[in-house]
Amino acid sequence: MAESAVIVEEKKNIWGGGVSPMKASYGKLMMWFFLLSDAFTFSALLITYGLIRFSHQAYEGTVENFTFSQEWWPIPEKVFEAVPFLHGVELPLVFVGIMTFILIVSSVTMVLAVEAGERMDRKGVEKWMLWTILGGLVFLGCQAWEWSHFIHGVEMTAEDGTKFLWGAGLTSNPYGPPNFAALFFFITGFHGFHVFSGVLINFIIFYQATVGIFEKRGHYEMVEKVGLYWHFVDLVWVFVFTFFYLV
Amino acid sequence: MSVTDIHLQEDLAHDDHHDEHHEQGFVSKYIFTTDHKMIAKQFLITGIFWAIIGGGLSIIFRLQLGFPEMSLEWLRPMLGQWITPEGKLDAEFYLALVTMHGTIMVFFVLTAGLSGTFSNFLIPLQIGARDMASGFMNMLSYWFFFASSVVMFISLFLETGPAGGGWTVYPPLSALPQAIKGSAAGMTMWLVSMALFIASSLLGGINYITTIINLRTHGMSFSRLPLTIWAFFVTAILGLLSFPVLLSAALLLIFDRSFGTSFYLSEIFIAGEALPNVGGSPILYQHLFWFLGHPEVYIVILPALGITSEIIATNARKPIFGYKAMIGSILGIGFLSFVVWAHHMFVTGMNPFLGSVFTILTLIIAVPSAIKAFNYITTLWKGNIVFTPAMLFSIGLVSFFISGGLTGIFLGNSVLDINLHDTYFVVAHFHLVMGSASFFGMLAGVYHWFPKMFGRMMDDKLGKVHFWLSFIGIYLVFFPLHYIGIAGFPRRYYSFTSFETFSIYGDLNALVSIAAILTFAAQFIFLFNFFYSIFRGKLAPANPWKSNTMEWTTPRFPGHGNWVGAIPKIFRWPYDYSKPGAKDDFIPQTVPYSHTPESNLEHEEELTKEEDLTGVEKVN
Repeated sequence: MAESAVIVEEKKNIWGGGVSPMKASYGKLMMWFFLLSDAFTFSALLITYGLIRFSHQAYEGTVENFTFSQEWWPIPEKVFEAVPFLHGVELPLVFVGIMTFILIVSSVTMVLAVEAGERMDRKGVEKWMLWTILGGLVFLGCQAWEWSHFIHGVEMTAEDGTKFLWGAGLTSNPYGPPNFAALFFFITGFHGFHVFSGVLINFIIFYQATVGIFEKRGHYEMVEKVGLYWHFVDLVWVFVFTFFYLV
Repeated sequence: MSVTDIHLQEDLAHDDHHDEHHEQGFVSKYIFTTDHKMIAKQFLITGIFWAIIGGGLSIIFRLQLGFPEMSLEWLRPMLGQWITPEGKLDAEFYLALVTMHGTIMVFFVLTAGLSGTFSNFLIPLQIGARDMASGFMNMLSYWFFFASSVVMFISLFLETGPAGGGWTVYPPLSALPQAIKGSAAGMTMWLVSMALFIASSLLGGINYITTIINLRTHGMSFSRLPLTIWAFFVTAILGLLSFPVLLSAALLLIFDRSFGTSFYLSEIFIAGEALPNVGGSPILYQHLFWFLGHPEVYIVILPALGITSEIIATNARKPIFGYKAMIGSILGIGFLSFVVWAHHMFVTGMNPFLGSVFTILTLIIAVPSAIKAFNYITTLWKGNIVFTPAMLFSIGLVSFFISGGLTGIFLGNSVLDINLHDTYFVVAHFHLVMGSASFFGMLAGVYHWFPKMFGRMMDDKLGKVHFWLSFIGIYLVFFPLHYIGIAGFPRRYYSFTSFETFSIYGDLNALVSIAAILTFAAQFIFLFNFFYSIFRGKLAPANPWKSNTMEWTTPRFPGHGNWVGAIPKIFRWPYDYSKPGAKDDFIPQTVPYSHTPESNLEHEEELTKEEDLTGVEKVN
């Protein structure tokens, strides 16, 4: 392409104008800058989480004796210990571990899609994009289950002995201070919205690949661009995961 | 997505396309246009519209402050129920007025109206590009801004009035609809409007940055960029990194307002009733807000400083003094703007040690700011100054920047700020250093680039009258406010008549109000000049200010694509004014060193050997 010829000639001064100094198209640069911006959005939210969390009391005592209380912030592995179909079994962080694994695998399949695109292998792009989309959808499905389980709640016993269900909402939750659940819904929701948009965009790209738009265009750069976004969403999840489930 | 990709081939070899100028229909030419020049004009006209509204609102509350006894019955046809049966301004509406004045001026006029206009207009023209990297996203950027404007405009007509919690919309006041009228539907619309505004700013900013990195013409290295472009570049980065934090803050606030969460709320009694919210922190909002808010004031002033650098060098007929120092100070200000936000929060009960850290960081900003101010003055020193209206406004900017900046040194000090916080001293400070200075930068830019925008000249005499009335008027408005502030008058108070002590400054407040009205009236001279000249102004010569930058090498009415034929190459920096030995007192950036042996310095003579002169015509 014209680009490579120009770069060789201008090797002396790549920032001298007339060339793309980062050897990247403007679209790819834009994606990078958007992600930088989005990183600040998430950082602000996670800092909010940290600040509110540390303005609450922490639980001081052994993990074995932990009970849920409005007085202190809950220990996450006591909250998130349910797995579908295994009612009543305590499996701390197993389900979210599976979710995280699925999302990371979908990043791997995205890498394979990009790689197939570089080889101009349309069939490969289609296959790996489809796996990526599937991974995203499964992750969203898992999140939906986890949310609904969280909202549905746990069985409580009132003072007069009657049993009732108390689930988490934006204003209160049985596990700890109200903001614990509010922040959980807000931040995982915001992330989930990013995953959802990612799945939509991935689907559009998958569709464009199947009808041969990129083949006609001569390159699969769009796959690479949405790949950047997908990896970013994945990376953000690692932080969200750490903040909400691990520490 | 697909639309952005269509241009891909173009930026790989970006001067091969777009050469011919197509005739377009009305809608694609004036409304849903992707031409950066037209989008710039859309931003400018919208910005002017908002400036009139924002200024008008300030006149209404200045009437209240200057003449508290006056009957405002005559405003009833316009304000309706906001005028009380006694013929006074409603006290809560007063709060809405100051809130909307601040919001409109900071975001809609001095961010969108300034950056939107001049980044859009000048970036492609001054770096030698056919258009922005993505014309489509650029168009979206304007239309998001338009949507945001519509929402904010509609909120002015709500029964409960527009947002009233101050332009910073601090919770808990802004989070509780039952607190004041201005926290009801008006605040919801404020937040929606700001979310749209942030989207617009993001779309625009990404485009500006990418265009400057990728689409510079041959020879336009970063060390040859005009300072305007440097300023727009850093401004766009600041916006890119700070607006998303405001988005987070606004989203959390929306949840507190509408979905019962307590991110910012804790232990509040309102009208004797305890609210259920516990566990949040209003200080958290302030941290998030000012992490945007402080870079925001530099988003407002930096483009104005960039424009001023360009205009002062051109009209002093001298190279800008300390080009590299100017770039360095733009970068320095840009970096520091992210680490000083808590100086807006000295009185929130923050740890005094933290306060002193933020004091030191804040005072360090005085260094790059002073470098800029001294460089402007030394550029003017012994120059052959041409007093065009643009030049006058630029010099006015420097004056405001200095006199407003000095009081910044007081306010940046955590100890002094305890006294001065939230008084009219603060109002005077930021209205001079960022409000008026940046407003003057915007006007200077309009006067200077009007010939390129509309192919015609604005009237010189009217421009000068406009300058002197504005310059004197603005000092008359804001200088007395320092005294009023030091005397302890808090800002955002509806009236000072309840206490005898406060009546001592009644006369001064009346003077300020009269000056404000006159200054506002003077802006109509500009409006007449502007709109009249678009249609009836004298046709502009190719390079009316004898300027070096490359926008003046385009035709008088540049089409979509800017240059007919190939884009000119660039061979030198933009500030070769009054170069010893040269025939003219300016050498445009497009003239190769090989063509100016009479004025080349030694190292420039070396450069002639490496110049690639294919496609360059020898002029004269």
